[in-house]
Amino acid sequence: MRRRLKPNALVGAVLVGLLLVVVLVGFAWTPYDPIAIDLDHPLAAPSAAHWFGADEFGRDVLSRAMLGARISGAIAAGVVAAAVSLGLVLGLVAGFVGGWLDRLMMIVNDTVLAFPGILLALALMAVLGPSYGSLILALGVAYLPSIIRVVRASVLSIREREFVEASRVAGDGDLYTMLRHVLPNALPPVVVLATSLFGWAILSESALSFLGVGVPPPAPTWGNMLSSARPYMERASWLSIAPGLCIALTLLGVNLLGDALRDWLDPRDDA
Amino acid sequence: MTGPLLSVRNLRVEATAPDAADRPPLLADLSFDVAPGEFVAIVGESGSGKTMAARSILGLLPPGVRRAGGTIALEGRELTGLSQRDLRSVRGRHVGMVFQEPMVSLNPALTIGKQLAEGLKLHEGLPDGEIRRRCLEMLRRVQITDPGRCLAAYPHEFSGGMRQRIMLASVLLLKPKLLIADEPTTALDTLSQREVMELMVELAAQNGVAILLITHDLGLVARYAQRVVVLEKGVEVESGATRQVLGAPAHPYTRRLVDSLPRRAENRPQRPSAAPILEVRQAAIDYPGKPGLFRRGAPKRVVSGVDLTVGAGEIVAVVGASGSGKTTLGRAVLGLKPLAAGTVTFDGMELARMDKTQARAFRRQAQLVFQDPFSSLDPRVRIGETVGAALRHDPAVSPRERRERVRQALEDVSLGGFEDRLPHQMSGGQRQRVAIARAVVSRPRLVVADEPVSALDMTIQLQVLTLFQRLQAQYGFACLFITHDLGVVEQIADRVYVMSAGAVVEEGATDAVFDDPRHAYTRALLAATPSRMAAAVSVA
Repeated sequence: MRRRLKPNALVGAVLVGLLLVVVLVGFAWTPYDPIAIDLDHPLAAPSAAHWFGADEFGRDVLSRAMLGARISGAIAAGVVAAAVSLGLVLGLVAGFVGGWLDRLMMIVNDTVLAFPGILLALALMAVLGPSYGSLILALGVAYLPSIIRVVRASVLSIREREFVEASRVAGDGDLYTMLRHVLPNALPPVVVLATSLFGWAILSESALSFLGVGVPPPAPTWGNMLSSARPYMERASWLSIAPGLCIALTLLGVNLLGDALRDWLDPRDDA
Repeated sequence: MTGPLLSVRNLRVEATAPDAADRPPLLADLSFDVAPGEFVAIVGESGSGKTMAARSILGLLPPGVRRAGGTIALEGRELTGLSQRDLRSVRGRHVGMVFQEPMVSLNPALTIGKQLAEGLKLHEGLPDGEIRRRCLEMLRRVQITDPGRCLAAYPHEFSGGMRQRIMLASVLLLKPKLLIADEPTTALDTLSQREVMELMVELAAQNGVAILLITHDLGLVARYAQRVVVLEKGVEVESGATRQVLGAPAHPYTRRLVDSLPRRAENRPQRPSAAPILEVRQAAIDYPGKPGLFRRGAPKRVVSGVDLTVGAGEIVAVVGASGSGKTTLGRAVLGLKPLAAGTVTFDGMELARMDKTQARAFRRQAQLVFQDPFSSLDPRVRIGETVGAALRHDPAVSPRERRERVRQALEDVSLGGFEDRLPHQMSGGQRQRVAIARAVVSRPRLVVADEPVSALDMTIQLQVLTLFQRLQAQYGFACLFITHDLGVVEQIADRVYVMSAGAVVEEGATDAVFDDPRHAYTRALLAATPSRMAAAVSVA
């Protein structure tokens, strides 16, 4: 069966592709050393030498944004991967098995959900100590409950559909029914949530950096570039342009691609 | 005599899509009149355009569809040129509408009182006390007990039949001249269907309201309508007095519709009394109570003390209204619902005592056909895999043989070569045939069929029933046929059990029970079954 690529999906693919190119190029080459301090040109305005200007320590904003793409992208992807994979498993089990296990899991889940995500991540970071791994883990745990909720709700409605019962009548085991019939039908809302989560993760990382427990300086992320640009908003507004643009375009790309993926997962979407 | 109340001339409805011009219109050149106080039915199958016809009268066509021509006059006033604002004053006040789904056509967030008052406030601007008085009066007339409490209650507190009566009350409150009822009882069981229809006809007659009934059910038409318009694929094929049209159909399509009414099998095969394949003894089934904070509420007994036997190769029907426990019983027979008491024995082995191997073998030998062909097939799984699912667990069937058996089963239901289709690429009738193929592929000895044709159009219903009977004769499986439609029972079942409120109230050979029903409930069911009435009309 052929499926048509919609224009939105194409835009999304191009934007995400661009991000990947920037990340890859960043490994081999950046215009300047992203962490080299040049105290002769603090807050330099955009020019031929510094396309997006230089920050308060004279570091090239473009170079930092390129390196930031790698770090922010990796963190966001890690958070999404961790939260979605764990959330799928736990949500499926809670929704499909049901009974006291479901109730117990939901009590724990709702308790976690009751704390503001950022507070939870902050506490986890304090315990785990600063590192990329613990950052991903902390944010992943903070977002996990909402994923579990969505997966579970989706599973609960699919569980009642008759094809699930038909699978039991055919003699399928629970695990098979869950993986073959329930999981694929439960995916679409999760895909949408996962793409939004990608954006939230980038922003939350910047919030954590701002609070001093995120990615430690001098390593740049889009988030901490934005936060450190904030005090210079009036004198050097260009500092926020590069990271802001990067975040906006990446989120747009990921969301468009997510919508396309959801449509593609829908069997009714035939060209 | 004065002119017609509603006069529709050359109504044409098309899709707005750019390529719509190449396709036949959804409705072509439909003309009909409704006289004041008359009961007219528009009958047709899905896709016949009958709902489009009803909706264009009030300018309520769904997006993507438009009226491309024709005139619609209400009491001589042309409706097609009216602005939205003027149309709004016609809706409700002059023309009321009752929809199919009583579960969704009342707003669950508002009390009944608020919803009833809405129209009166809007159109009449009456004081609150007067509105309340009229609402109570109207609820009393649609036979809602304790109307005062009803005003303060929310829709979910009422059954489907009661909601449809409340809908009826809210529409009639405004004293319209015309009531358009779009499949008003399709979602209801036989008894509530009769209640709502009788009430509608009675109230309409009292107030001189004309009724335009949109339906697929010839039985309702035969029983209630004075005149009927038959639509096929957007084209009117026949119209006239009901007795005339159904008694002596002139058009082949009408004849096909009439012929597809279920009727008694002429020569029922006499089956020698075989050893029972399924025996249910004193079965009771509970629904778990609502989970509370610390403990569950008391379980609710939905089936109690049921004895039932199905002989090998026999077709046994279980009939009853919704909520009678018949579906639950069907699930319990397959071991899908636990018994609270009693036993189910399959081929001499008690279900609850089977070991793993026996349980697996039982799974292959007892299959289920579901009611809703749109919910019973996984939308993401191809037909071939769906049909072959039961064979995956048979160690004696190699993958190659499985493919062959699936091919054979699909051919049995005249869907040869459909292995790679997805469910959404098929019609409701085709999907139901897939569901039947899935049930027979493992050569079961018992098939539980849960309302397998009630979601289908009349002509498709007959097709699927005939197919089912043919396969049953060919493979000789026993069948527990669960349905609310006595017409269908009469057509295919050897024996019948009548269930009410979780218990069997009557049982016996089908013809004997139908000719001489002993229990009052059976008699009420029989009297309320419209298809039998229609069959009588068409034979006369």
